Amino acid sequence: MQEIFNIFIKSIFIDNMIFAYFLGMCSYLAVSKTVQTSMGLGIAVIFVLGITVPIDYLLNEYILKAGALAWLDEGLAEVDLSFLSFILFIAIIASMVQLVEMIVEKFSPALYSSLGIFLPLIAVNCAILGGSLFMQEREYQTLAQATSFGLGSGVGWLLAIVGIAAIREKIRYSNVPAPLRGLGITFIITGLMGIAFMSFLGIKL
Amino acid sequence: MNTVKREKEPLFSPKNRKLLLSPINLNNPITVQVLGICSALAVTAKMKPAFVMSVSVIVVTALANLIISLLRNGIPPRIRIIVQLVVIATLVIVVDQVLKAYVYDVSKQLSVFVGLIITNCIIMGRLEAFAMSSKPWPSLLDGIGNGIGYGIILVVVGFVRELFGSGSVWGYPVVPAGFFEMGYRNNGFMILPPMALIIIGIIIWIQRSRNKELYQEN
Repeated sequence: MQEIFNIFIKSIFIDNMIFAYFLGMCSYLAVSKTVQTSMGLGIAVIFVLGITVPIDYLLNEYILKAGALAWLDEGLAEVDLSFLSFILFIAIIASMVQLVEMIVEKFSPALYSSLGIFLPLIAVNCAILGGSLFMQEREYQTLAQATSFGLGSGVGWLLAIVGIAAIREKIRYSNVPAPLRGLGITFIITGLMGIAFMSFLGIKL
Repeated sequence: MNTVKREKEPLFSPKNRKLLLSPINLNNPITVQVLGICSALAVTAKMKPAFVMSVSVIVVTALANLIISLLRNGIPPRIRIIVQLVVIATLVIVVDQVLKAYVYDVSKQLSVFVGLIITNCIIMGRLEAFAMSSKPWPSLLDGIGNGIGYGIILVVVGFVRELFGSGSVWGYPVVPAGFFEMGYRNNGFMILPPMALIIIGIIIWIQRSRNKELYQEN
């Protein structure tokens, strides 16, 4: 139990998707103009990461890993399908995003209209595929660990995007040097936030 | 019957040359179009992985643009995203296997970031904006141009970070030993991920102060 909690905290603060690995930067830069929309996108990311990482974990564990097919037949114990993981993961992500979109639209129209255009965009958000690939690389032992990693990464991403959106709302009133306005200053602020987040590196979990 | 006389465009007409060259500066995918930052910055602590990553992206953008442009009339618009993803994912798998076979150590350093080329927005963005509506040859040039524009930024960031962070270029030490005796230290901060963002910010600053038309609102 403590292990699972540790992974959760670690993926929020220490291995933060944005500040440590720069994943999902495209939508991070494009959507972080106001706090409200970035909140919506952040929640959608948590949602999708919380679903796709466990599914991809099962896929990896029972189909893709070297020797994973042994449960099917003794003769298949030698097969290593891990080179197929990119294409299968992205297919799972694209179809899950579609499915989540349809379910949310059916059962919670209010949430659907607030997430709106962000849901389909998430299929090509690097943070989602990155979550699955890191899960595969770090070899989490149980489904619960993988799930808590997925949710934690999502929460970390939400924190980052809401933080930068709040700063950008304020910086609109500041006198930034003209060539640095817009994109340039956003990069530098993200860098400074990243440095601040590095102070969490000292935490031993 | 009207016969439309079509002049054959030379392979490197001014228009095509512009397709190839404009992404390198004025229409740079990273600093101007803001595409594909996701999988880029984490690989720039050293120059060699940055270079390998750039070459992989150039290959994938060029070939994906070419293939999608050849298929463009046969792809139903409703499912185009998934078709594009499949084409890109296949190319990335090929690149990944080639890297594993020939430059295994770099491939280990790049770890998941090779796979993340799939969701690199440059590729999807160029497919959507250009290859779906253009002929194969201009699409190929557009892909190569954007790949190079991306690669240049990556290699420059990699160069700066490696020079100041590890005192070497492409793995060879360049800072003379005498400097260290006089008290020069490598700036370990440069190796840390946030510095990549700040360096890109500075590159954008320099580029925009030279090109006034790129100024943005706050």
